[in-house]
Amino acid sequence: MSNPTQPVGPGLPETQTMVTDQVVPPAQEGQRKGKQKGGKPASLWTDAWYDLRRRPMFILSLIIIAVLLVMSFWPSLFTSIDPFNARTCDLSTARQLPSAGHMFGKDNLGCDVYARTIYGARNSIVIGVFTTLITALLGGLLGIISGYFSGAIDVISSRVTEIFFAIPPILGALLIAATFRGRANSIMLVILALALLGWPMTFRIMRAAVITAKSQDFVVAAKALGAGAGRIMFRHLLPNSLAPVIVVSTINLGGFIAAEAALSFLGVGVQSPDISWGLMIADARNRFLDAPLPLVFPAVFLSITVLAFIMMGDAVRDALDPKLR
Amino acid sequence: MSSSERVLEVRDLVKHFPLTQGIVFKRQIGAIKAVDGVSFDLRKGETLGIVGESGCGKSTLAKVLMALERPTSGSVTINGKDIAKARGSELKRMRRNIQMVMQDPYTSLNPRMTVGDIIGEPFEIHTEVAPKGDRRKKVQELLEVVGLNPDHINRYPHQFSGGQRQRIGIARGLALQPEIIVCDEPVSALDVSIQAQVINLLERLQNEFDLAYIFIAHDLSVVRHISDRVGVMYLGKFVELGKDNDIYDKPAHPYTQALLSAVPVPDPEGREQRERIILQGDPPSPANPPTGCRFRTRCWKAQEICAEQEPLLQIRPGTGHESACHFAETHDVVHAG
Repeated sequence: MSNPTQPVGPGLPETQTMVTDQVVPPAQEGQRKGKQKGGKPASLWTDAWYDLRRRPMFILSLIIIAVLLVMSFWPSLFTSIDPFNARTCDLSTARQLPSAGHMFGKDNLGCDVYARTIYGARNSIVIGVFTTLITALLGGLLGIISGYFSGAIDVISSRVTEIFFAIPPILGALLIAATFRGRANSIMLVILALALLGWPMTFRIMRAAVITAKSQDFVVAAKALGAGAGRIMFRHLLPNSLAPVIVVSTINLGGFIAAEAALSFLGVGVQSPDISWGLMIADARNRFLDAPLPLVFPAVFLSITVLAFIMMGDAVRDALDPKLR
Repeated sequence: MSSSERVLEVRDLVKHFPLTQGIVFKRQIGAIKAVDGVSFDLRKGETLGIVGESGCGKSTLAKVLMALERPTSGSVTINGKDIAKARGSELKRMRRNIQMVMQDPYTSLNPRMTVGDIIGEPFEIHTEVAPKGDRRKKVQELLEVVGLNPDHINRYPHQFSGGQRQRIGIARGLALQPEIIVCDEPVSALDVSIQAQVINLLERLQNEFDLAYIFIAHDLSVVRHISDRVGVMYLGKFVELGKDNDIYDKPAHPYTQALLSAVPVPDPEGREQRERIILQGDPPSPANPPTGCRFRTRCWKAQEICAEQEPLLQIRPGTGHESACHFAETHDVVHAG
């Protein structure tokens, strides 16, 4: 445009003097600012990553998750017993307490609980992680669109989520899983059914957070600069409304693993001889009073998994808030 | 300082917000007449102060000027083009010429963006302004221009004080080298000591870059300090418009006189004697403004003609600037007594 003057440029002597409103430098960041001074540009995501690498909670959760993933894909690294081989089970030793060869003891059918727990990790973790990812992505994306545009888009998508909320979850999942039975493998069916019934929750949370964020002045300022809808949604609204979605999603992860057990119990989820933690918990429930251990061990693994993801979610949430760094 | 080149022409600007009833089938039962026929010009390098009490339409006017709201009617012409009618890429291009400094420095900066990202955002949106490699350097230069340390480019807004944040907001407004900056109460959220620094910064930048300001505020002394001309708004209309000295020393409209008589005087000598005009009642609802003159319901000069005939904003006999009152007469309130 035709602006003859250049706002920026060298040779503005009066600007050399620093005006001193009191500077508020947080004590803990002195070192790294020195390193970054005028050097690499920082952004929310690079700063968050820099911060995460220094959080013990994040490192710990990452290690746990890594171990669980290795366990899921190479279970034979952890145990020499193949639980799919019927000969490793011995009914006469059913509900045996832990011993040297079977450190978690044996279950109702005389199978090794440790080996089954290790082999059950894959199904449980795949179901938990993928269902969470799908609900977070689908619910989050629709939530941000619905919250930002409001109007007709919002009315329609909100009514659609209300329809999903009205479906009793187990009944709905049963219906979906039973309808598509045989057309996909049971794990994918469980993920599909749980994700379909789970996304409205993330949608609601994201939408509410976006509506709160979009009324703030910095969104108006971005519009005044000429920012488009995409930039406002993903540069301004998303980072400011991600925290509750992360928290709820990581908590839901455990819920999905448990819900899979309910579906297995009703005959549509993972079925024997396939193994999952949910299935093991469901199987051991009947004899819990005389033999608690076959239930306790997979339950502990489930809890550790959920805890690791919640810890990771918390660390990520904190790292994405510059005030908490 | 002001050359004759007009950068902004506002003509008969009207913004009505519909009042609706019903949930599914909305029907309009009225309208909030937030801005109701405002016209003015702004010249290059000039500052137009706009004062008025809460709810008189100052901020709505700013939003319409910034094309954040579409006017109900009227035009906002910037260098010959009507921004109110511009769409898409044309509107985006026009935005480079009119930018904004917002009131609250605590909510106007994204808490999850670094200062570098905040001030660099204009360059990312208008990629043609600065090539990618230059942007970071430009941001640092802007930080220097507004009196902040360029090394703080990687910090977040919460690490700055209110005054410093407002400087960041000003740097963001300057980035695209606009000719016009709309300042919507830029200092009302700041401490008095910081207000002066920010005002002085705005004045310095105006001289350096030949900026034209629309300066909206409810603090009359701040407006007088920075403005070349002042417009007084009441219920969506200008009641008086003129040079700052004319408005402050020779106010012609009763509302302006009442406003000025309420300005606190720091000098205890004689302030007890000065005239105080205390208005009765509250401003009427902008959904249902009075007929004729909008101020007549609270005016001590009101007569029948005020209810029947709307006074136009024009130069009245015996006064040197435009006012919208049938009985306009200059009366120095500030120095009276």
